[in-house]
Amino acid sequence: MNIVVLVKYVPDTQFDRHLTGENHLLDRNESILSELDEYALEAALALTDERGGAKAGNNVTALTLGPAAAAAAVKKSLQIGATAGLHISDEALAGSDASATSLVLAAAIRTLGPVDLVITGMASTDGETSIIPAQLAARLGLPQLTFASSLELEGATVTVRRDGDDFSEEIQATLPVLVSVTDQANEPRYPNFKGILAAKKKKVTTLSLAELGVPVDAVGLVGSKTTVTDAAERPARTAGVIITDSGDAGIQLVDFLAAQKLF
Amino acid sequence: MSAIVVFIDQVAAPGKLHAIHHQLLTLARGAGEPVAVVAGPVSAGLAAELGSYGVSRVLSSEQAELGEFLVAPKADLVAQAAAAVSAAAVLVDNGAQGKEIAARVGVALDAGVITDAVALTSDGGALVAHKSVLAGSYTVQARATTAVAVISVKSHSVEASPAAEASVPVVEAVTVAFAPGSLGARVTQRTPRAVSGRPELEDARIVVAGGRGVDGDFGPVEELADVLGAAVGASRAAADAGWISHAAQVGQTGKKVSPQLYISVGISGAIQQKAGMQTSKLIVAVNKDLDSPIFEIADFGIVGDLFKVLPQAVEEIKRRRA
Repeated sequence: MNIVVLVKYVPDTQFDRHLTGENHLLDRNESILSELDEYALEAALALTDERGGAKAGNNVTALTLGPAAAAAAVKKSLQIGATAGLHISDEALAGSDASATSLVLAAAIRTLGPVDLVITGMASTDGETSIIPAQLAARLGLPQLTFASSLELEGATVTVRRDGDDFSEEIQATLPVLVSVTDQANEPRYPNFKGILAAKKKKVTTLSLAELGVPVDAVGLVGSKTTVTDAAERPARTAGVIITDSGDAGIQLVDFLAAQKLF
Repeated sequence: MSAIVVFIDQVAAPGKLHAIHHQLLTLARGAGEPVAVVAGPVSAGLAAELGSYGVSRVLSSEQAELGEFLVAPKADLVAQAAAAVSAAAVLVDNGAQGKEIAARVGVALDAGVITDAVALTSDGGALVAHKSVLAGSYTVQARATTAVAVISVKSHSVEASPAAEASVPVVEAVTVAFAPGSLGARVTQRTPRAVSGRPELEDARIVVAGGRGVDGDFGPVEELADVLGAAVGASRAAADAGWISHAAQVGQTGKKVSPQLYISVGISGAIQQKAGMQTSKLIVAVNKDLDSPIFEIADFGIVGDLFKVLPQAVEEIKRRRA
């Protein structure tokens, strides 16, 4: 079985994040493997583990798109258990919107030959649009089973559960498919010492846009179909009044709500 | 005037429009000529309701595929209808399905897609979407650079208002040519989620949210919510513990809310939780630990025992109302 997992190198949400420059691009220092991609990777590894793992010919390719530093997301994925890495790296990619990004990701996946499953997280923790999985499925002509809170594969049939606000749905498709998983889908594993050592021997392929056959004017700020014309940092919230309950805090709370005309 | 397509799903629960549809139609009317694209039947009542929002043209399909498969066939309908009316923009709701339809329509029409819009303005005829990014730390303005703009819009981005004069819409049946790849993800089971009777989290004016500190008992949180007409939210820790449904989860991987008032109860306020609520107008925090980061952003903080503070507040509200 061949599985591709999208992994993104994103600014750590534990720190303040900033937009910089006249094009309001995200400052990508202090970046890590996106937390939500760990669920995608776990879903892939769980499926291959059940089928004999890498020894039985199951491949999990961690695919990332981003600057040289983004290789760290692939490396971490290899340490956790992915079998190979593919890194699309090109300066021209900076500023790509979802449309340009999904175009390049589709081209990258086509270089991998027949793929059974493409698995992604529910969203990146930087852009948070969660439209890449649907765009990628549309471009690759794959059925999309998105926002899966559980995932099962029996024969060639993939069954997922999707919990929306109004309905809980069970959805099925036949391989090959694209699945995006939520943070409810599983418990991601951590890299162990053996995994960290083994990762050093795993193959990572780095491709430029030219090697991928994608023209540079289809990506980056010039190839994107949306543009950010203005960005303003919201003033940080400051602490207000803090009281310690001495028996009447509930009443003081109601006084506060009444003063704000909230009840 | 250019056509502005508004997508309206009538597959799962036909017969009425949601508040978000009224809002989308109001936005569309302000930007051009609203055209409703409906998946599912258009009843006389629905047509009249669309007409009251100024819609004079409705394109609809009742093809069974729209209900049997996930979002892709609906996206085919929207893309083909938008092309047929030479739409300048496509507006959809910002739910999971709406965003995915926006995504696929963007690919089909080679159009720019903007999600999570909280307001739309016009600049020289082009729609500008206003949105909040990086967990509410920036507000940005974005626009599509393509002939068609595809925008998913959050609830309450505009106050809905019926048209000054109602129109009588012409309903045209359209036949969608579904892409083979669109008919892959079949819905094999659909169960309605339990309705709580409380407002929806993302629509609520007030949210009362509980975290680890409630220690398995959401009773006090729910009682305060009910007396205030509020929605009930939860931290990820509380949802992961199984004390409340994950549908109530507020945060980085849950719902993003910006109510008038957010009352945080027994939640420490780790950065992932803040990501879902820090754009609330007012924040009240009740937590027994003064060092909780939630107090750094609370307008009114109470260091105390939630099992004493909340019932006392509930009684006091009832007393003052009596």
